[in-house]
Amino acid sequence: MRKKRKNNIQGLIFMAPAALAAIVFIVVPIAYAFFMMFFNINLLSGTRTFIGFDNFGKIISDPRFWAALRNTTTYVVVVVPIQTAIALIMAALLNSKIKFNRVFLTVMFIPTLTSSSAMTLIFMWLFNNNGLIVNQIEQLTGIRTQFLTNPDLALSVIMIMNIFSTVPHFMVVFLSGLQDIPTNLYEASSIDGASKIRQFFHVTIPQLMPILFYVVTMGVVGTFQIFDQAFILSGGTGGPQNATLTFTLYIYQLAFTSNDMGRASAMSFILGVIIFTFTAIINKVMKADEMNG
Amino acid sequence: MKKENKTLKIIVYTILILYSLLTLFPFGWSILTSFKSTAEIASGGTFFPESWSISGWTTLFESQYTTWVRNSLVVALITTVLNVMFNTMAGYAFARIDFFGRKFLFSLMLLLIMIPGQVTMIPLYIVVSNLGLINTHSSIVLTSMINIAYIFMMRQFFINFPREVEEAASMDGLSTLGIFFKIVLPNAKPAIATQAIFIFMGVWNEFMRPLLFLTSPDKYMLTQGLNALSNQYRNITAWDIIMAGAIFSVIPIFIMFIFLNKYFISTNDRSVGSK
Repeated sequence: MRKKRKNNIQGLIFMAPAALAAIVFIVVPIAYAFFMMFFNINLLSGTRTFIGFDNFGKIISDPRFWAALRNTTTYVVVVVPIQTAIALIMAALLNSKIKFNRVFLTVMFIPTLTSSSAMTLIFMWLFNNNGLIVNQIEQLTGIRTQFLTNPDLALSVIMIMNIFSTVPHFMVVFLSGLQDIPTNLYEASSIDGASKIRQFFHVTIPQLMPILFYVVTMGVVGTFQIFDQAFILSGGTGGPQNATLTFTLYIYQLAFTSNDMGRASAMSFILGVIIFTFTAIINKVMKADEMNG
Repeated sequence: MKKENKTLKIIVYTILILYSLLTLFPFGWSILTSFKSTAEIASGGTFFPESWSISGWTTLFESQYTTWVRNSLVVALITTVLNVMFNTMAGYAFARIDFFGRKFLFSLMLLLIMIPGQVTMIPLYIVVSNLGLINTHSSIVLTSMINIAYIFMMRQFFINFPREVEEAASMDGLSTLGIFFKIVLPNAKPAIATQAIFIFMGVWNEFMRPLLFLTSPDKYMLTQGLNALSNQYRNITAWDIIMAGAIFSVIPIFIMFIFLNKYFISTNDRSVGSK
């Protein structure tokens, strides 16, 4: 009995800071968000009025919401498969018993160390209308293509940047997964006469399935929340012509430009639901695949 | 057979070298740019600087940039220390102490980690604002002083840590707190180093929280300052200053990366292993 009490007190001491922080800065905001999304809130005057589902109605009838939905979905659908594929291929190459692989790994890891803001500035300078890429393309083809001010291409610059900076992280994740695959599986399949490429699809990929699942899920969750790059690149506007308006940037604008915290909370809830739904679908598809494969 | 292997090797090396060069290229180009004069940048110019100029760097260090670097350093260091303490304590409690409500708290943490941070950003802003923390560095420190992912990592670490060591210490009459600080912490160094590095890097590179919480330029964190720098100098094509700022902001993390390389890379192994 005394032991039990001692445990409770000790548990309390050890858990208190973490539990307190989690409650004040995670649980309370979540609870508050559920409440806020049904209200019209004005922070400046301190008034709030219950308006039911009106915030959701306003969001759905806002063309900027649809622009954000289109941009963000395109972004996720393009970026996640490409970054996963490149990360997997590079990891497989690094794992193929080559010399200097620590050197390659170290060099390739640099973009992951760089903050999104520094990275965005570097890419803005590269893709600037007076920048290296634009000038080189003009020299090669004679056509002056603008990137950052062109609604059709602005988002693709952010996509390239995202792929560039997330590939190294996932590459390392894949690499450790590859190193965990028992070598006798490869030996067995090469006795059966399987080529390197066949081995990759019939041994490596099935063995890597749980890690692939992790990488795709983290990729989807991360890309749906894209904010920093779009904010810095467009100066917070989501321009040109809403081309870089993402979900999170839209939430930011609702909250701080339109001063509508209620609508911003409703939009955050929608984003949360979308991310959960996508994760659940991926879970279902990939787990099913794992069973069959 | 042998010959086929050799061609394959060459292809592998070529791809790896090309990808490494591709990785280095934007950084190299930015470093070169930072040593050009603004006039040279405006006129298009050559790949390498026609004349090496350090005016971008001197302007940078005469600006508020140094304040932002100091702000980021202080905030990131304090946040890291708090995280290491609190995450490790919580992880230890989850692994070792059988206290009332442990199961409930653990399930709660599992649930909370699933919720994307940006979804709660707006209500978090209101909480921070109600606590009167807007435009204080405490807003960043307090809202990021724990990290559930690392609580789980530490729990995993302590579950695998041999219990006998602690039992022997408890025979010698050490209290649980004494055991924790004298025996457990020193033995958990690798896990703590990993945690510290990634927390520090996370705060150093964070953009959204500073953007929401800090409003006056003398309080800015470095990432936010970079954005301000770019807004100030972009229109006059002073990319030398902007690139100097961007490159310098990577240096502290890069130095850590060079010296603590094994923690950066082996961490990921461990975090994947525990999933």
